[in-house]
Amino acid sequence: MSQAPASGSIPDSTALETGASEPGARRPYLTRTRMAAVLGALTLVLIVVCAAAVMFGSVPVDFTRAIADRTSPDHAILFAARMPRVLMGAVVGAILAAVGAALQALVRNPLAEGGTLGISSGAAFGAILAIVLTYRFGGGSAIVPAAGFAAALISTLAVYRLGQMHGRVEPFTLLLVGVIFNTFWSALILLINSLVNLYQTRSILFWLVGSLEAPTYGEVAAVSALGAAGFVWLGWHARDMNLLSLGDEPAHDLGVDVDGARRAIFIATSLMIGGAVSVSGMIGFVGLIVPHILRLAFGADHRLLLPASFLGGAAFLVAADLAARVAIAPAEIPVGVITALCGGPFFIYLLRREGHRGIAV
Amino acid sequence: MSAAKPVLTARGVEAGYHGRKVLQQVSLEVARGELLAIVGPNGAGKSTLLKVLSGALRTWAGAVELEGRALKNMDRRDVARRLATLGQESGSAFAFTVMEMVLMGRAPHLGAMRLEGRRDVDIAQQALRSFDLLPLAARPINEISGGERRRVLLARVLAQEPQVALLDEPTAFLDLKHAAEIFARLEDLRAERGMAVVATLHDLNAAALYADRILLLKDGAAVACGRPQDVLTRDNLQTVYETEVYVGRNPVTGAVAILPAAR
Repeated sequence: MSQAPASGSIPDSTALETGASEPGARRPYLTRTRMAAVLGALTLVLIVVCAAAVMFGSVPVDFTRAIADRTSPDHAILFAARMPRVLMGAVVGAILAAVGAALQALVRNPLAEGGTLGISSGAAFGAILAIVLTYRFGGGSAIVPAAGFAAALISTLAVYRLGQMHGRVEPFTLLLVGVIFNTFWSALILLINSLVNLYQTRSILFWLVGSLEAPTYGEVAAVSALGAAGFVWLGWHARDMNLLSLGDEPAHDLGVDVDGARRAIFIATSLMIGGAVSVSGMIGFVGLIVPHILRLAFGADHRLLLPASFLGGAAFLVAADLAARVAIAPAEIPVGVITALCGGPFFIYLLRREGHRGIAV
Repeated sequence: MSAAKPVLTARGVEAGYHGRKVLQQVSLEVARGELLAIVGPNGAGKSTLLKVLSGALRTWAGAVELEGRALKNMDRRDVARRLATLGQESGSAFAFTVMEMVLMGRAPHLGAMRLEGRRDVDIAQQALRSFDLLPLAARPINEISGGERRRVLLARVLAQEPQVALLDEPTAFLDLKHAAEIFARLEDLRAERGMAVVATLHDLNAAALYADRILLLKDGAAVACGRPQDVLTRDNLQTVYETEVYVGRNPVTGAVAILPAAR
């Protein structure tokens, strides 16, 4: 009653901060300034990382010759191998991280992502099944990503249904169901693996670990379109994600069409994961690490977290892939190995931390 | 309260969970600025009734009307601009700040892609100030006490600027001072904005002191509804709560006062 005049001037940059009264202190809510600064900085990071990833690799490239001589091996390495790979890394990383952020809001659990919820492995199973069947019976190349998406959607819905008790989402139950689905799908993939020939076995390993090897510009364009469409769709529901993270009833009471928003997020995330997995296999933990770090740094509001994850995920995966290419050059480590090596310990750290705080629902 | 047109009406409502009926033919009306308390023993259907009034739980029979329109036909955001709910929520899985939590009350007033503007921030700050929460504005909501979180949620209800507030045990987890303050704030809002309040209360003395009218529930059915002194009688209470009570007067406020009298 006494602190300030009823309205008009906003004394919040000083009055609202506990103990911190220096000018320019961060306001305790999302402002346009913070959004612009964070997204601008992340865009810059992404550009720098991409430039580095094009410049460095398992073999050195002479850039002047690559540009001057279109028949030189330097040209081929730069434009046919590195560029599409870097672009694909950016697109897949963006998708995985944005989907992770969206799924975490949906199931109210910071440990959720495409991998831990078994959606990625579902998509991989669908894609592998499609590859084996089209190899035997023929069919168009669009069948593989379509099968990946369908299997991702089925997997999402099944995990979500089974993770509910009496119509309420139980975050830990849901996560465990996801982990079990992950194992189950992987077992099915290995079952197919033991039934098919050696040539296909190699490509199945690629799916299980996740790699950005040798994509074409056509694939990059297709996944970019899918990723962009899914991202816009998710972005439309960014504030709904804030409200859904409070629980179904509070979200409903604050004006969210809970069923509609949930359906939209399911379909968009399945579409995105299906697309990403069908070109790069199961690259794990990107959707876990990136949103968590960004949330710690810039706050939990999904209107910033979602686009920030999109940019940050792209930069993260391109950097991880660069490490995968140069670490034991001229040989390569699949990028999924790098992300899993980072992500495993990170997951344990998150689990301990969240377990200690108690995930509230 | 027949003079004023009711803002919220329930007629012959029946509802329940998983095929088990909880509410039997409950009707009520709330007028502008009125505080209606819903009281009754544990499991009488108080919270269920609030969920029906908020539209979170579908009715099996009967109808709920908000400002004369059928609630189930209204757009969700349209409802949320007029009707706010304080439920039994416990927070978020993520570390939203207190200020962000209160600003979420502005969601139904904003377009999908809009950030909160200056006016929304003013409203949220005013709501924080009403409940002595300004010093906590930058704190993460999962790092404050249960009583503080309760007040944050009340501030969010305020920021929503509703015509009707549905409050499920608004004073749960609160100490005497903060509980009294909340009823005082609600009284201000009812007078200033004509906001109607429907609150479930387990504390009969608070209901007697602050409510304009009381709805007494037992086993999902209304036993009595009316002014506190007419509803909170010894006969009614002993029937509903199945225990001895003493009903007297609070010598300070003059309100009905209830004490347990079973030995």
